[in-house]
Amino acid sequence: MFTSIIGVLYDGFAYGMLLFVLSVGLSVTLGMMNFVNLAHCAFAMLGGYVTVSLINLAGWPFLATLPLAFLAAAAASVVLERALYRNLYGKSDLDQCLLTIGIVFVAVAGAAYIFGTLQQPIKVPEWLRGTWVVGNFTFGVYRAFLIVTGLVLAAVLILMLEYTRFGATVRAAVDNQRMARGLGVDVDRVFMLTFALGSGLAGLGGALAIEIVGLDHNFALTYLIYVLIVVSVGGMGSIWGSFAAATVLGISDMAGKYWVPQIGSFLIYLVMVGILMWRPLGLFGKR
Amino acid sequence: MSTPALSATGLNKSFGSLVVANKIEFNLPAGERFALIGPNGAGKTTFINLMTGMLAPDSGAILLAGEDITRATPAARVKRGLVRTFQINSLFAQLTPIEAVTMAVCERRGESATWWRGLSHYPEAISEAQQILTSLRLDKVATRTTRELAYGQQRLLEIALALATKPKVLLLDEPAAGVPKDESEDLFEVIAGLSSDLTILFIEHDMDLVFRFASRIIVMVSGAILVEGTPAEIAVHPGVREVYLGRGHHGHAHS
Amino acid sequence: MNASALPGPATNLQTWIAARAKWHPAEIVFWLGCLLPLLPASLLPGFLQKYWIFDSYLQLLSQIAITALFAISLDLILGYAGVVSLGHAAFFGLGAYAAGLIAKFWFTDPLLGLACAALLSGAIGFLASFVVLRFHGLALIMITLGLGQLLAEGANSATWLTGGADGLQGIRAGKIFGTVEFDIFGQTAYIYALMVAFLLFLLSRRITNSPFGLSLQGIRDNSRRMLAIGAPNQWHLRKVFTISAAMAGIAGALLTQTTQTCSLETLTFQRSADVLVILILGGVGRLYGAIAGTIIYMIARDFFSDVNPQFWYFWIGLLLIGVVSYMPNGLLGGLNWLLLKWRRA
Repeated sequence: MFTSIIGVLYDGFAYGMLLFVLSVGLSVTLGMMNFVNLAHCAFAMLGGYVTVSLINLAGWPFLATLPLAFLAAAAASVVLERALYRNLYGKSDLDQCLLTIGIVFVAVAGAAYIFGTLQQPIKVPEWLRGTWVVGNFTFGVYRAFLIVTGLVLAAVLILMLEYTRFGATVRAAVDNQRMARGLGVDVDRVFMLTFALGSGLAGLGGALAIEIVGLDHNFALTYLIYVLIVVSVGGMGSIWGSFAAATVLGISDMAGKYWVPQIGSFLIYLVMVGILMWRPLGLFGKR
Repeated sequence: MSTPALSATGLNKSFGSLVVANKIEFNLPAGERFALIGPNGAGKTTFINLMTGMLAPDSGAILLAGEDITRATPAARVKRGLVRTFQINSLFAQLTPIEAVTMAVCERRGESATWWRGLSHYPEAISEAQQILTSLRLDKVATRTTRELAYGQQRLLEIALALATKPKVLLLDEPAAGVPKDESEDLFEVIAGLSSDLTILFIEHDMDLVFRFASRIIVMVSGAILVEGTPAEIAVHPGVREVYLGRGHHGHAHS
Repeated sequence: MNASALPGPATNLQTWIAARAKWHPAEIVFWLGCLLPLLPASLLPGFLQKYWIFDSYLQLLSQIAITALFAISLDLILGYAGVVSLGHAAFFGLGAYAAGLIAKFWFTDPLLGLACAALLSGAIGFLASFVVLRFHGLALIMITLGLGQLLAEGANSATWLTGGADGLQGIRAGKIFGTVEFDIFGQTAYIYALMVAFLLFLLSRRITNSPFGLSLQGIRDNSRRMLAIGAPNQWHLRKVFTISAAMAGIAGALLTQTTQTCSLETLTFQRSADVLVILILGGVGRLYGAIAGTIIYMIARDFFSDVNPQFWYFWIGLLLIGVVSYMPNGLLGGLNWLLLKWRRA
């Protein structure tokens, strides 16, 4: 029992870090612009396909593809932001939801058209595969890699937000957009950069996710729900919130799948509904 | 002296160290036209929020026609006849004025729970709404969608919605906000023409309008009532001149 | 658009309001037209007979009637009261399973079954409304989605009751009024689904034209102002949520009764999302928008999914992007706008 608890905590935390990388961008942009971007995971999926293609077609090493996954998703997000999202700022949540779910449908169909509907094979380097055995416990190396990546990213993001000038403008824009504008912050530009950064992180998350959960054309839809749960449980606009929520959900999902597999994802929804009933704005939400 | 339509004793409210209402005491006798004036940030809108229950006071009591309503919900206060309008238009964009006002009338008459009967089965409600719209000169545009109305008409509709609740005391938060000077006079003419049973308190920055249409004036400064009196008394009050008129805060101080 | 767009004084507002609730000839034509597919081809002139394909599509038409009813039920809360739900399939599924279980274990009378399904989903809807209506914005979307998924996952694991992924087996078919049997061509099914949908459409039409319906629209447009005129917003919303849940339940029950099957598919997120897309295509806050959206969506899906289901969602996605970006009032609203422009030109 003890062994399995450690195992579930380890795997769950690694999974949580993956969810964190996937969702933190959405949380910040939602907090800033109140824009419900359901296409967030489409950017993640794009990152995943970039990595897969570079590895399988061009023979790139896994790690080298990650920056490109980030950049491709960031670039795509800027294009879409300019072309489509911009018209809907200040419109209803529902309109934003529908526009972005439309983008998801197109992305899913496009991915199926280009890459087919099969799971994409991926080869991570030898040193990332395998496990460490410590006494009774086995720890997957790739999961350790995920945990380290997630923690480093969380630290970088929090430091950036707290200590850089860009971070200060982002915080100002999240706290009070009108005030920030009044103080001369170019909120639109800050938003665009944040949006690109957040989508880039999603792209990175999509690339990192392949080894754990696989990649197929439905990724943009399947993981959308998880990401939204993280954001709403953590509270919009909060990096700490996303971190905490991703951890809680990662571990509870893993625990559910390990001990009570017959109820499927029941547990993760139960956790979400419970937390939202307790705190409608999420764990760290202010608005 | 008869019971005042609305009164308050010792109202206090603060947000942390910011005091927004400081020992507010007043009596509004029935039928008077009160103006509430004061520099920006004096707490005028807070005053209305406290009266209508959108904010809860830290201490003190509010009496409506002698009955304590300090703990009553906003909706309960409306039912008892204490109604407000908003400084920024707060309307129903997709409804027509006749629909919006009829809806408010039906809410008052307790008919809004009925879902099994069409609106046309309520001719009294509709004609009451029509009368209200006519009294505010909105009858010509009663079937346009609210968002298509001219701004001044929307300000009037703001009042029409409040009237539909049959208020005894009506609190108007800058009814002429954003309306050009010549139109705002018309608007105040309309307000002045409302039933004399109605007690009205309005916030207004234009001193010409205040002195023309108010029968009494309350001056607020920093969350407290500085003085209350007739326009003639206020005009010569040295304190008012000093803290409010004298500073020329709004550029159109009464001369 | 309605008469409100026309300038000029309204001499009598009573007649103006009454006129808004009047039946337009086009409406009568539409509903009569719904009966056409029941015409046997042999009644038509010979050269038309071979083009008469409706009778082979009766099953699809029943589905359209049922889905339209489901869409109308969502429109009541979304289009009229402004409450977004991404979990409305929960009530559809509740009704579907209620009707299935009743027909399997208890009695087979379809109308009584419908009534029970409506009662059950309405009651659950009433209880759910206390939770759901505390939320706004994204949290509302998430809580409806979460509750819907909870129910779906619950039904999936409660195999002893629902049959799990295999669906509910052994649903017995009853006779309507104890006499009319469901035939294999789906003729009875279509008439039955159409009639129920029509009656509930009448009810919805009445609701939207009532003082209650007006108050709902008030809450949708400006709930703060509704409070300032003394409206009991929460009770209004609970009521419409309950009515909507019951109607969705009836739609689900109709599906079970007309197909004698009941699967987890009735509860899925996909169904919740589809009906939302349907409403947006047709335009929210107009009952015929829900119907038009359903007809377009279902026929297009039937047509495209034979080709390739992936393509189908590609086009739906493009359509959504286009409608949201360029036609804020849905396809019906967009057509109306074009019509007005054309008339003015």
